[in-house]
Amino acid sequence: MSVKYETVIGLEVHLQLATNTKAFCGCSTKFGSRPNSQVCPVCLGFPGSLPVLNEEAFRFAIKTALALNCRIQELIKFDRKNYYYPDLPKNFQISQYDMPLSYNGFVDIAAADGRRKRIKIKRVHMEEDAGKLIHPKGENYSLVDYNRGGMPLLEIVTEPDMNSPQEAYDYLTKLKSILEYLKVSDCDMEKGSLRCDANISIRPEGEKKLGTKVELKNMNSFKGVKAGLEYEVKRQVSVLEDKGKLIQETRLWDAEKGVTASMRTKEEAEDYRYFPEPDLVPFVVDKNEIEKIRETLPELPEAKAGRFQKEFGLSDYDAGVLTSQIDLADYFEECTKLYPDAKAAANWLMGDIMAAVNARNININELGLAPAALVGLLKMVDSGSISGTMAKEVLAEAIETRSNPEDIVKKNGLAQISDKGSIEEIVKNVLQKETKSVNDYKGGKKTALGFLVGQVMKASKGKANPVMVNEILKKSLGE
Amino acid sequence: MENLYSLAAHRLKELMVKGEAAPSAILDQVFSRIEKFDPKIKAFVLANKEKAKRSVNNPTKLKGKLAGIPVLMKDNICVKDEVTTCASRILAGFKPPYDATVVKKLEEEGAVLIGKANMDEFAFGSSCETSCYGPTKNPWDITRIPGGSSGGSAAAVSADETILALGSDTGGSIRQPAALCGVVGLKPTYGRVSRYGLIAFASSLDQIGPITKDTEDAALLLSVIAGYDEMDSTSVDLPVPDYTKALSKDVKGLRIGVPKEYFIEGLDKEIEAGVKAAIELLRSLGAKVHKISLPHTEYAVGTYYIVATAEASSNLARFDGVQYAFRAGNSRDMIDMYIKTRSQGFGDEAKRRILLGTYCLSTGYYDAYYLKAQKVRTKIREDFDKAFKECDCIITPTSPTPAFKIGEKMNDPLSMYLSDIYTIPANLAGLPAMSIPCGFSKSGLPIGMQILAKAFDEETIFRAAYTFEQYTEFHTKKPKL
Repeated sequence: MSVKYETVIGLEVHLQLATNTKAFCGCSTKFGSRPNSQVCPVCLGFPGSLPVLNEEAFRFAIKTALALNCRIQELIKFDRKNYYYPDLPKNFQISQYDMPLSYNGFVDIAAADGRRKRIKIKRVHMEEDAGKLIHPKGENYSLVDYNRGGMPLLEIVTEPDMNSPQEAYDYLTKLKSILEYLKVSDCDMEKGSLRCDANISIRPEGEKKLGTKVELKNMNSFKGVKAGLEYEVKRQVSVLEDKGKLIQETRLWDAEKGVTASMRTKEEAEDYRYFPEPDLVPFVVDKNEIEKIRETLPELPEAKAGRFQKEFGLSDYDAGVLTSQIDLADYFEECTKLYPDAKAAANWLMGDIMAAVNARNININELGLAPAALVGLLKMVDSGSISGTMAKEVLAEAIETRSNPEDIVKKNGLAQISDKGSIEEIVKNVLQKETKSVNDYKGGKKTALGFLVGQVMKASKGKANPVMVNEILKKSLGE
Repeated sequence: MENLYSLAAHRLKELMVKGEAAPSAILDQVFSRIEKFDPKIKAFVLANKEKAKRSVNNPTKLKGKLAGIPVLMKDNICVKDEVTTCASRILAGFKPPYDATVVKKLEEEGAVLIGKANMDEFAFGSSCETSCYGPTKNPWDITRIPGGSSGGSAAAVSADETILALGSDTGGSIRQPAALCGVVGLKPTYGRVSRYGLIAFASSLDQIGPITKDTEDAALLLSVIAGYDEMDSTSVDLPVPDYTKALSKDVKGLRIGVPKEYFIEGLDKEIEAGVKAAIELLRSLGAKVHKISLPHTEYAVGTYYIVATAEASSNLARFDGVQYAFRAGNSRDMIDMYIKTRSQGFGDEAKRRILLGTYCLSTGYYDAYYLKAQKVRTKIREDFDKAFKECDCIITPTSPTPAFKIGEKMNDPLSMYLSDIYTIPANLAGLPAMSIPCGFSKSGLPIGMQILAKAFDEETIFRAAYTFEQYTEFHTKKPKL
C-alpha cells in the first residue's frame, strides 16, 4: 500500500515599497533609469557615510503590518546581515533579525473546500535591497548597477500553513490584493518589486514532525511559484517512494525546463554574523503614531466584498472576484454610481471585460474603456437600441480600437430598428414577396415562421429588433 | 614678538582683531614649520599648501569663529576630492566625493584646512606605527612614538606644525596621543559631534574631537564642530553651548572623584605622582576630592576589544576592491579578487582585528562574546552613573606610561592594547573625557591627566581643566626640535 503524503509550504515575500526615496538615503527609487544614476555616498556604502531611516518607508511598513493583522514591536531595532557580494556595496545588508518590526499576523484565503483558511504571518520586517549584477554576453567581466541598492524592502514571512501549491497561489493572490489596496507597492513581479521564495517539505499523512525542508527560489510569477511547488511535491514524493533521502537544500526553479535544480546544501549555508546596526539608534514607536497610521488604512478586500454583497445584492463569489483587485473594485463601484443595475454591470465586468483584461495581461484601467463608456453600452441594450449579441461585438470592437461603444454604434449604423412602423413596412413587403411561405404557414406548417423572420431580418440588414419582428409577423399572419 | 605658529587659536584671534597678525602670515609660518620639521616628525600624510593659500586669499571664506586659523584633519575624516586613506594601502588614492560634516562646519567658520594627519591604520593602534606611511615621531623624543591612533594630529600640534587639529577617539585615540605629546585632547560625549564623513572604526564608540595647544582652544573648536546632524542618526539633538563661556577660573565646591581602580600596578610612578599632584592643586583651589570606585574597570579592555573589533569587522567589509581605491591585480575570479585585495591592502593589525571581530560575531560565539560584552558595557556605564551621583568629574591618568620607544610594543599586541586601559571606559560609557598636560617625567616626557564628566557635560571638564591651566605652565612648554 502506498503512503499518502501531506505537503507543507511556507512563503517568504520580498516587497519593494513604493516610496519616493530609498530606505536610508534621499536617492530616487524610480524604475528603469540609466544605471548608477540614482546613487549617493550612502547607498553606495562609501566610507564615512551613514544611514538615516526613511520615515515614509517606515510608515508604509507599519501600514502593511497592520493590514496583515500583525502586532507591532515596541522597540524598533535594525541589524546588520554580513555577507560578501558585489551588488551589496557595504558587504552587509541593513535588515532586522531578532526583533522584526511586526509579527503574529494572518491572511485568510478561500480553501479548496470553500471554507476560509487562515495563513499565519510569522513576521514582517524592513530591510534594504541590493543592486543588480549585469553579465554582458560573451564578455569576461560583470557590471553592477546600484540604482536598486538601498531601496526599501519588506520581507513578509508566513508560518508553514499552506498544504498545496494551489493554497500558496491563493495566499499570494490574496496578499497581492491587500498590498494593492494599501498602495504601498506596485507589486510588479516582472520589475522585481515583488519576489517570492518558498519553503516546502512533505510528510506522511498524520505525521506531526515536519519533513526535510527545501528552499525554492527563482520563481518569476505566481504561476511559476505554483508550478515550481507542484514539481517539488512530485520530486520529493518520488525520492521518498524510491526509499531515497531528502536533503535540506536550496533549489532553483527553471521555468523554461519546468524543473528545479540544487543550488546549495545546508552545509554550504553562510553565517551572516547578525548584530545590531550601531549606526541606527533603536527607537520606541509612539502608540499614537501607530493609531494614526491605522486610521489611514483603506477598506480592505474582505470588508469591501461584504459591503458589495449587502449594498448591491451580489453573491459571495461575485463580490470576491470584484474585490480581488482594487482597480476592478473601484471600476465596478464607479459603474454603480452611473447605472442602477449593479448585477448587470458585475456580469459584464466579470465576463467579457475581465476576459479581455486577462488576455492582454493588463490592468483594467489600461483597457481604455472608462466606466461611463461601459455604462453607455449597457444603457443601449436596456433601451433596445442594440441587442445583447450586438453589444458583445461592439464591446470587443471598442476595446480593440480603444473607442467609445456609442460612437461605434453610431458610426456603423448598428442601432436596432425598434420603430414599429418601420418594421411593419418591411414585414408587409416580405409577406407580399413570400406568398408560398405565407400559405405554408397558414396551412399549418409553423416552421415557415422562422424563414419569414429570417427574411425580415435580412431585409433590415439585421437591424430590426427580433422580438418585435416576431410579434408583428404573427399579428400580420392573423394570429 | 612671539612666533605666530606657537600661539593658540584664541590668541591668534585676538591678534587678528588688533591687526597684529594676518591669516596669510599665520599660514606661511605654519607651513615653514611643516617644511622644516615634518621630514623629521612625519605628522602629515598630506600638506595642502596651495589649497590652504587659496582659502586664505579668499576674503569671503575668512569669516567666522575660526577665520584664518589653520586646522589639520586626521586622515580618516573625509574631505571632498582630497586623498583620504585612513593610513591604509587599501584606500590608496581614495578621494571622497563629499565633505564630512565637521569639515563643512569648520569651513563655514572660516577655518583653513592645511592637510591630513598620520594615524594608525584605520585607527587600529596606540602608537601610529601601524600606518602604511610609517610611524610619526614624538616631538619630545623622536625615538619614541607619539601615541595613537591620532598620533599625527597630536604630534603636529605639539611641534607647532598646525594651530588646531581634529582627531578621532574610539578607545583613547585622541586623549592618549595628546597626553604623550603634551597637548590637550578631548573626546566629546558620544553623539555630540556628527560622525558623518568619519571613516568608521567602531560606530558605537567613535567620536571626532579637538586636539589643541590649550583648553580654551578645545572649547572653541568643540563649539564649532558640535551639534545635531540629520545625516547622523546617532548625533543628539541638544543645543550647543558656547563652550568658551564655561572657562571659569574657579573650582570651588567642584566634586572630583578619584577611582581607586585606576591607581594600580602597572601605572608608571612618575605619572601617578604627576596626576596626584594635579589633584592636590585642584583641592587646594577649593575642589572637594572623593575616593570613588568603578568596580567593573578591569573588564573594560576585554569588553572593548570584542565590541570594537566586531563592529570594525563589519565596517571594513566594504573595502573589497569592487568600487573604489585599491584592487589587487591578476585575480582569477571574484573571490580571488576579494582575497588578494584584502590580503594585500590591509596591514597586520587590521587583519588581526577583522579576524577577532569576525570570530566574536560568528554563530556559536556571539552569545559568549558579543552579547556578554554588551552586558558588561552596561555594567561599566552603570558604574559611572553611580559615581556621578557623588562627584561632578573624575580625574585619572590618561596613559599608564609616558611615550614608549618606537618598535617597543609592536610585537606584543596585548601590552599595546593595555596602553588604553584608562581611556577605554569613557568610550564604552559614551562619556566626554579630556586629557591635559599635568607634568613631565624626569627624562622630559609629557604626562597627561584625564578629566571625565557626565554625558553632555563638557563644560565641567573645561572648567576644571581651564582652572588647572591658570595655575600651571605645563601646557605652555614646547619640545626642542
